[in-house]
This record gives sequence, structure tokens and C-alpha cells, in this order.
Amino acid sequence: MDFINAIILLLNYIFVPALAYGSQLALGAIFVTLIYGILRFANFATGDMMSFGTMFVILFTWYFQSVGISLGVFPTALLAIPFAIILMVGYMLIIDKFVFKYYRTKKSPPVQLAMVSIGVMFVTQAVVRIIIGPSDRRFFDGEKFLIKAGEFKEITGLNEGLAIKSTQVITIIVTLILVSTLFWFLNKTKTGKSMRAYSDNEDLALLSGIDPKKIVMTTWIIAGILATIGGALYGLDKSFKPFTYFNNMLPIFAAAIVGGIGNPFGAFLGGYVIAFSEILLTYAYRKFFMYVLPESMEPDGLIQLLSTDYKFAVSFSILVIVLLYRPSGIFKGKVL
Amino acid sequence: MRKNLNVIAAYSIMMGLIILVGIFQSWNIALSIFNLCLISAVMTMGANIQWGYAGLINFGIMGFTALGGLAAVLISVDPVQEAWSAGGSDILFSLFLIIAMVFAVRYILKNYKKSKNRTYIVAAIIILGIVIIRFISEPGIEAIENVEPAKTGFLGGLGLPIIFSWVVGAFFAGGLAFVIGKVALGLRADYLAIATLLISEIVIAIIKHEDWLTRGVKNVIGLKRPAPYEVNLQQTDWFINLVERFNLSKLNLITDLTERQTALNQLVIEGSSVFVKLCYSGLFLVVVIILLILTQKALYSPWGRMMRAIRDNEEAANAMGKNVVKQHLLIFVLGSAIVGIAGAMLVTQDGLFTPGSYRPLRYTFLIWVMVIVGGSGNNFGAILGGFVVWFLWIEAAPIGLYLVNLTTAGLDDTHFLKVHLIESVPYFRFLMMGVGLLVIMRYRPKGILPEKIEIK
Repeated sequence: MDFINAIILLLNYIFVPALAYGSQLALGAIFVTLIYGILRFANFATGDMMSFGTMFVILFTWYFQSVGISLGVFPTALLAIPFAIILMVGYMLIIDKFVFKYYRTKKSPPVQLAMVSIGVMFVTQAVVRIIIGPSDRRFFDGEKFLIKAGEFKEITGLNEGLAIKSTQVITIIVTLILVSTLFWFLNKTKTGKSMRAYSDNEDLALLSGIDPKKIVMTTWIIAGILATIGGALYGLDKSFKPFTYFNNMLPIFAAAIVGGIGNPFGAFLGGYVIAFSEILLTYAYRKFFMYVLPESMEPDGLIQLLSTDYKFAVSFSILVIVLLYRPSGIFKGKVL
Repeated sequence: MRKNLNVIAAYSIMMGLIILVGIFQSWNIALSIFNLCLISAVMTMGANIQWGYAGLINFGIMGFTALGGLAAVLISVDPVQEAWSAGGSDILFSLFLIIAMVFAVRYILKNYKKSKNRTYIVAAIIILGIVIIRFISEPGIEAIENVEPAKTGFLGGLGLPIIFSWVVGAFFAGGLAFVIGKVALGLRADYLAIATLLISEIVIAIIKHEDWLTRGVKNVIGLKRPAPYEVNLQQTDWFINLVERFNLSKLNLITDLTERQTALNQLVIEGSSVFVKLCYSGLFLVVVIILLILTQKALYSPWGRMMRAIRDNEEAANAMGKNVVKQHLLIFVLGSAIVGIAGAMLVTQDGLFTPGSYRPLRYTFLIWVMVIVGGSGNNFGAILGGFVVWFLWIEAAPIGLYLVNLTTAGLDDTHFLKVHLIESVPYFRFLMMGVGLLVIMRYRPKGILPEKIEIK
């Protein structure tokens, strides 16, 4: 019985939250990796582009709520996402046309494009803050829990409760659907294949008649979808605050590089690697050992490898180690 | 003279703008802008050495700034005797263990051939070392943090004048840069940017949460000053006389004696804070000028030529027998050390150390905007960039307010759009920075004062 309690404890505090957080990171990491692989620059505006998309989701959610449309037990935001995506994709294409295209046609070095993306970061951040303000916003509605801790205890008769938030389930399901569609698109369709070819070797791809304009446009569209959905899921699960989104850029970068930048599948798994190591290393295992070990050996301390303050530092340390020993990432992305 | 005309013009316009702020807003504001401009200029010089001379991207400026600030705390705060007696020995022993661990790892790396076993042994030493060190240091840390947590709760510093910290800050930042450079300089440019950005976040996390060393988010306030205190100034005779002489014409208009005295008091209070700021300006100006002379000398020396050669064509420079890796490391350390000086200066000026305030937007990206806007590779350009961007950063809110009022003049004062826009005026600075950066990158990619190399 104690053993099952211990397992439930880990599920409740580590596995489920890490899976949800990892999915959110994974979407962001695929976004980074796609832009890096095809447009060939490190996009420092990642976090702010995600907050920009989320802002539209929130605005549409408010509109729907004011009109009285809702999805019942599901959050209204799910209905708002498709509309937000349309606006977001428009924004991405406008940015590309007026900012990035010039440097792409000039074949500027990636460093310069990265600098330009910092300019875009500042502008996007300003627009988000001017439109919706810098404060913390929650836009979740509908049923909050799928399984409540108390109910779970009653049903199973265990000491430990398992609480699963509906946002966590939504996050995981949406991520799985989105990512599998994306991989199907990249591996099976003609456009997807030509995107991969272009990322692999630009000159060869151009020689075989691939239209670069179409590739770039598709990339921005996919990027817009990923950014909006990733941002909205994070906002639903936690809350929306432009500053947090900006900071999320850092673990997202870590996930993309750990997985092997330029490799979407690597980025997908990289998100989970980062999320799980962050939570595993900063969780206090005291209660777990209290269940598992006999009473005489009960631990005194918290049995915590690192204090929770170092959550971010964990993922960055992993990144540094990966850069040192396997610069192309775990799943062989581009060699640095 | 003629060829330097644009430099002179740009600087005079900048000075004119600051003087205008002095006349129209107040001299206090103008001087605080000027001081921060000088500090920003030091930071941009550091970044410019790395980016402009050698083409290295360092997005870790925030971390080096914070280390400089930490140096200011560790140098100037008086040592907390109780904390030292409570947990000092544990901390010193842990420090000794860390050094021993580093040497053990170095010894193994040097004397054994690369193999799987070696990697495992090194990993085992590091992990075991961390566990042991944590075990030993924990009671010490707890004891230290329990010593009057509201007032101290940390080890304190050395109790020396804070000016020394400017040098120590440089050494701290340089030391960290050495380690980072050893690890990360082999990476391609944009990976170096990401790696340094993330490493600087780790540095901030450590500074924020190791309370025994830095007091963490509880902040360290009331640091010693290299300049006189306002309160003391207001009571010294020579200063009051000085203020009186400066404002004689104004004071003579007032005939009533008591009224004249209150007016004088008011002027003394204002004058004292201006005077203190002027003291800082003087100190900072000395640093900026010394650094400017040194960096200019370096730029036109054979060493500077070599750096440019390495920047423009690494392989060719390598083929000519220049040690690219070593020079990159050197310049990375030098540039970061300069940023460290700026960090110490910043904390000196504020008189407080707030680890929570170090954010990448303000201390990394804004500095980069300064370098790019000013002109990378040109020291005068970098300094000008620091001035222009900081000035806009501060004055963006008043300018934004003016623009909002101008564009919404037709609307009612209570119109929701106008109210909303006026509320979001502070964020116009981001917009201004972003648009400025994009415009400069597009139409003047070498900055306001472009790099210009003349062979002397």
C-alpha cells in the first residue's frame, strides 16, 4: 500500500506537471528549431511571439464570453485559438515581409538576423504591453479538474491524492495531435519534404526547383500556429504574463539545443528532457522516502537535490553540459 | 579636424539634449541621466571590444554586471563577525574542498588520455564533491543566515572603500569570462549568444539565492559612498556659502530675511543632491576617459590590427600563425572585465545591491542596442550609443506622453482609448528601442558613427 502511495505521490507532483510543462516547452522548441533550420537564425523574439499569439487568444476569449458563447466544460479559449492563429499568421507574414526578407535576400550572416530578431522582440513586447498591459491574467473557464485529489482518495482509499487538471490533459492531447500532424506534414507531404530538403541543403533544393518563397511562407505559417497554441496552452495551465513569456524563451532555447537544433523531433523530446530534469532535480523527496523506507530509516532533511530556486539553472546547466560533450544535441541536429 | 566633424557634432548634440533636460526638467534629472549614460558607456565599451574588435557575441552582459555589483558588496560592507564565527569555518572548508575538486579534475584531465573511464571518473568526482560540499556547508549556511536575518544574515564584506571594488569587479567578471570562454568560445556565433545568455541566468540565480553570500533578494542597502552624503553637505559652511554665491542674484531679489533663509535652505537641499551627483559624474568620467584612451590605443596597435584580421578572416589569420583561440579568450576576458567595472560603478552609484533587478532586457539586450546603434568597432560610436539609447530610454515616457496627447487631441479626456494609451505610455520605450534598432540595422548597419580604420 505504501508503495502505491509513493507512486501516486510521484505521479501527482512530478510526472503529470512535468508532462504538461514539457509539452508546452516542446511546442516552443519546435518553433525555434523550425525557424533555425529553415530561415537559419536564432529567433530571440520567440517568447514574445508566443505572448503575442496568446494575447489574441485572450482577446477573442473575452469577446466570446461577453457575447455568451462558451464550450461548456471546455475552456472558451479553445474556440478562440483558430481565430487567433489567423491574426498571428498575418502578423508573422507582415514581420517577415518588412523585416526579415531584406536580410534573407541579402544573405546576411545569421548573427545579423539574430540581432534583427532582438529588434522584433522589443517591438512585439511593446505592442503586447500597450494592447493588453503587463499584468497577470487568467483566462481559463470551464471545469477545472478532471480528477480531484479528494475524490481520488475516496475512490481508491489511498492516503495520497491524485489531482489532474483539465488544462494538463488538454495540453498533452493538443500537443500530441499537433506534433503528429506536423511530423506527418514534414515527412509525407510534398511541401513538407521540400521544407526538409531546403533545411538540409539550400543550394541543392533550389537546383531541384523548390520555390524558396513558398517554403519560407509555410514555415512562418507553421511557426504562427505553434507559437499561438503553445502560448495559449501555457497561459491556460498557468497564467498569462508578458514578462514570464519572455523568460520562457530561455528553457525553450535550452530544449531546442539539447534536442539538436534544426531537428523537430529532437526539439519535441528536448522539451520533455528539460521539463523532467527541472522538476526531478528540484523536488523534495522526503515524503516519497517516508513511504518507501521502513520507519526507522526515515529521513530528516527534505532530500532535495537542489532548491526550487534553481529550477531555471538546472535546464541551463544541462544545456551547457550538452554543448560541451555533444554539441550537435542528443538527436544529432546541425553541427555547431 | 574635418574628418572628426561628425563625431564632434554627434557629441555636442547629445550634450545639448542633456543640458536641455537640465533647463526644462531639472538638473537633478539631467545629472542622473548623465551618470547612467556614463555607466552605460563603460558597458558598451566592454561589449564593443568583444563584438566590434573580435566579432564575439556576448549576451551574458547581465551576469558580468551583477558580478561587478557583487564585488561592490563584498568589498565595502563591514564584515559580520557573528556570522563569521557562526559558520565561517564551514564555508572556508567548503571553499577549500571546491578548489581541491577543481585541481583533482584538472590533474586527471591533464595526465590521463581521453577515454570513457576518464569521463566517468571526472563525473563521479564532481557529483560526489557536490554532495559532500552541500553536506558540509549546509549547517554553516543555516547558521549564517540565522544571524539577525532582518539586518545581516550574511558574511558581509571586507569593509574597504567601495572604489576598490571597481578593480575587484573587473577581476570577478574577468574570472567568470575565463571559465565561460574556455567552455563556450568554440561555438558558432549564435550558439555563443544563447550559451552566454543562459550562463548569465545561472549566475543571477546563484546571486539571488545564496543568501549567506549576497543576502539574495533581501538586498543589501546603505553601501558606503565615495562621495559625501547630502545630509552632511547641508550642514557644512563652505557648501552653504557656495550655494549662496551661485544664487546671489536670485536671493538678492528677496528682501525679507526669514523668507530669504527658507529660500536658501531650499536651494541648499537641491544643490546638495546636484553636488553629490556631480562628484559621481567626475569619478565616472575619469573611468570612461581612461578606458577610452586604453581602448583607442589598443585598437590602433599591432594587437588591434591582429584582432581585426582575426575577425574578418579567422582562417587566414590562423594560417598567418596567429593563435585565434587564445586571442578570442583574451578579448572575451578583457571585454567582460570592463563590463564588471561598470557593474561595480552602478552599485556604487545606487548605494544598494538588488539581485532581483538584474534582467536580461535591461542589462543585456539594451546594451546590445546601444552597441549596434552607436557603431560597433568604433569606441566613440559605442560611447555615443550608450548616451543616445539611455537618454531615449529615460525620456521615452515624456516623449510618448506628448505624442499620445498630440494624436488623441480630438478625443474626450475620458475616452477609453485615450485613457488606455496614457496608461501604457511607459511601454513606448520598448517600441522606440525596437523600431530604432530595426531602422538602424536596415539603413545604417554600421551604426551612427561607423567603424573607420586609418593606418597611422
